[in-house]
Order: sequence, then structure tokens, then C-alpha cells
Amino acid sequence: MYLYSIAFYLFSIVAVLSALMVVSAKNPVHSVLFLILSFVNASGLFVLLGAEFLAMILVVVYVGAVAVLFLFVVMMLDINFVKLREGFLQYLPFGALLGIVLIIELGILFLTNSFSENALTQFINSPKIDDIENTKLIGKVLYTDYFYLFQISGLILLVAMVGSITLTLRDRGQVKRQNITSQNFIDANNAIEKKKIKLGEGI
Amino acid sequence: MNNFSYLNDLIIPGSIIIAQILAVLMPVLISVAFLVYAERKVLALIQLRRGPNVVGPFGILQSFADALKLLTKENIIPSNSNKLVFLLAPVITMVLSLAGWAVIPFAPNWVIADINVGIMYLFAISSLGVYGIIMAGWASNSQYPFLGALRSAAQMVSYEVSIGFVIITVLLCVGSLNLSKIVMAQQTLWFAIPLLPMFVIFFISALAETNRLPFDLPEDESTLVAGFFTEYSSASFVLFFLGEYASMILMSSMTVILFLGGWLPPFDIFPLNAIPGVIWFTLKVMFILFLFIWVRGTFPRYRYDQLMRLGWKIFLPLSLLWVVLTAGFLIVFDMVPNSL
Repeated sequence: MYLYSIAFYLFSIVAVLSALMVVSAKNPVHSVLFLILSFVNASGLFVLLGAEFLAMILVVVYVGAVAVLFLFVVMMLDINFVKLREGFLQYLPFGALLGIVLIIELGILFLTNSFSENALTQFINSPKIDDIENTKLIGKVLYTDYFYLFQISGLILLVAMVGSITLTLRDRGQVKRQNITSQNFIDANNAIEKKKIKLGEGI
Repeated sequence: MNNFSYLNDLIIPGSIIIAQILAVLMPVLISVAFLVYAERKVLALIQLRRGPNVVGPFGILQSFADALKLLTKENIIPSNSNKLVFLLAPVITMVLSLAGWAVIPFAPNWVIADINVGIMYLFAISSLGVYGIIMAGWASNSQYPFLGALRSAAQMVSYEVSIGFVIITVLLCVGSLNLSKIVMAQQTLWFAIPLLPMFVIFFISALAETNRLPFDLPEDESTLVAGFFTEYSSASFVLFFLGEYASMILMSSMTVILFLGGWLPPFDIFPLNAIPGVIWFTLKVMFILFLFIWVRGTFPRYRYDQLMRLGWKIFLPLSLLWVVLTAGFLIVFDMVPNSL
């Protein structure tokens, strides 16, 4: 149990510190790397809570796919560090406002006892959680109670995908494309033309 | 702090975990050394050469000599590189290729962490592998490594999708994400037989995921010098090298667990089932590793657009089709395992 609490404090401290570094690091690539570190630590916290499926999904989806593309884009950008710092004071009030709103909302949650110990223990001790592993539980809830919402979210993703493809797809004119099936069906008879050439004459 | 004693609550459980980790990692690291030797020897046989034959009997100590040589060299850090990230990248590659072993069951109950979502954990760890490469390519601050890193990022993300679908077909037949249960579900029939096309796709995607030939475009020595580890030398190069081979063995173990029945003997009859499971497991992993090397000695490297075409236009639709087919088959013949 003591190893458990050591792990908890390790994960949470690293998660908070790396989240801080995301916004304060000078180099954007470092920011993304800290974001990844914070994701990984959050998934460690999920594991400690017993939500192992959520933890793994967090790593696979956010760290394994989303953050890779993120890093990809940030690495390719030509970033002027001086220009990046310029807007800092200009955006500071807006960022501070967002932070204050978030803190007030969290405070309201605490004040209304949504996180009270009773609610939490009731949730953990409910028979549903004890009997079934949480992968099955999530599957049951997601595909029965929230079936339509699940389908709609799939459709939204599809629309986003179609949208981004139409935005980037354009006719670039002279692009050489390889038609692999036609290449595979080539044999000596239709690829080579044999000609008999008489001496002293060209074709 | 009631009843807290360092011995019972911290030192004993802690040292048990560390002992377990060492008991798994030491054999893995030693097998990496012999895998490198085996690769050179098999390639030499394919190309009618002798291969390493000087250090030790038949040259089997060659990898240790190489490692010693590399470790005693100077570690050169490029002056314009991002030093911390540059040094962190090989460490991450190495750690990730070793972390996956925590959930691999070598025999019944021979596993450090028998977690419910074992296969998801392996998938997550293998999808993190790309970071070591991207970080190395970016931090080197040089063109060839950067190109290698970009290739690798696109390649690994593409092939992960089809690996995910292949894993889903296996999971449909098992009804659990636990690796031991996946093995036990193959007692009557290894999944390599009913799911043969998926086995092939998984094997080829594993080649791409571990950046092995014919898909080793991130390090492509004929066009990119050495790809993402062009600027690496000495110990950090060794870490990349070890990481690549350890993740090769990890992917082979994953293939064995998903498709070749893990520690189970091929037939449950007397002389075969008397052999301990860990020996069967090792033999199967060695077979898959031999396939890795055989492919390397046989096929030419893919062109990059061909690689992407194979991943997105062939493997993805095919594996998606098999997910639907398998699910339909299981429903129609009422064979859905572990019905809820």
C-alpha cells in the first residue's frame, strides 16, 4: 500500500510539473514533449484508480496518435522565438480569465460536495464495478445506453475527415502516378515490341 | 503512519518487484546479444559467407566484443543539437522496448503483471516507440536524421492502424484482453490457422513497426546515411541498437501469443506436453525471429510511396473486412466467447 502512495505522489507531481512546463517552456517542441509526459502520468493515475482500460486508451489515442501528429506539425514549423514572446502580455488577461473561470468552476464542484467521500465510496463499492472488469463495463454502457451518441460522434469524425480531405485535395496537374495493377499485368508479349530491321535501314 | 514498517511495507514488496524485473530483463538483454550474432550468421549463410567466426568458439562472443568496443568509444554530441533531448531519445527507445516485457506470459503464471488489459498495454507501449525516433531526428539538428524521423513517424502511425484491427479480430475470438486468456483460448486451435491472413498482415506490420527490412526506411543507409541515428555514437548508439533488437523480440513474442499459442505445445499429447511451456514459447519466438532475418536476407527495400500504399490501401481495408467477417461469423454460428 505504501508503494501505491509513493507511485501516486510520483505520478501526480510529475503530471502537474510537466503541465506547468507545457505553458512555460520556451521551445514549442519541448512543450509538446512535456504534454506527452503529462499524458503518460495521467494514465498512470488512471491505472492507480483501477481504470486500466481508460489509461491504455489515453496512451494509445492521445500519446500514440494525436501527440505524434502534433509533434510532427510543431517540428515542421519555422518558429520565430522572438515573435512568439511578443504577444505574451497582450494575451495574458485573456489567459488569466480562463484560469480564474476554471478555478471557480472547480470550487463550485467542491462546495456542492460532488466529490464528497460518500459519493466516491458509493461509486467504488457499487456491485457493478466489483463484478466486471472495467473494459466490459465501459462496453456495456457505451454500446447500450449511449448507442446513438456513440454513432453520432462517429459521424462527426467522418464529417471532419471528409472536410479535411476536400480542403487538401487539389488537382496538381502533372503528377506521375503508378498504376500497380496495370504494372503487374505486364508480360513480355505486350511490353516488348519485336521488329526485324534490315541491314542498312533504320526503323 | 500506523503500523508502518519499512521492511514489510516498502523493502520486501519493492525488492520482490525489482527481482522479478531483473529475472525477465537479464535473459532479454542476453538474448538480444545472441540475436545480433544469429542475424549476422544467418545472413552470412544466405549470402554464402562465413559470418563472425573469430571471437569465441564459432564467434558467439562477437556481439559482446562489439558492445565493449562501442561503449569504450567517445560519445560525440553535435554542437548545435538539443543536448537533453538528444541524450534522452535513445534512453526512451531502450526503456520502451523493455517495458513491454512486464505483461508477457512466458508460461502459465510466469508473468510479472497479469493485468486485464495486457494486449492494450503492449499496443500502447509499441505505439510509444516512435517518440525515441522522432526525438532523435529532431534533436540531432541535421537533415538526414530529420528526414528519417519524419518517415518513421508517418510509417509507424500508418501500420499501427492495421495492427490494431488485427488485434481486434483476435480479441473477438477470445473475449478478453488478458494475454494469458488469449493463450488459453488457443488450446484447441492456434489462431494462426483460422485467422491466417491476419497472421500474415500482423507479421508484415510488425516488420514495419520495428523498422526492419524491407521497411527500414527511417534508417535507409543508401539514401539517408543511417537515418535517425546518423549523429549517434558510442553508448547512445548502443542503446538504440539494443532497443531495436529488444523490440524485435517483443513483437515476435506478441505474434507468438496472439497467433501461435504462446507456451502451448502444438499437440496436447505425451512427449510434447511434457516439455515445459517456457521452452515452447522460446522456440516459437526464435522461429518468428528467424523469419524476420530471413525476410531481411531475401527482399529488397520498399520505396516510400509503396510502403504507404501497402499500409493504407491494402492492409487497412483487408483487416477491416476481416474484423467484420470474423464478428459476423461468430454471431451467425453462435460462437461468441464468454457471452455477457
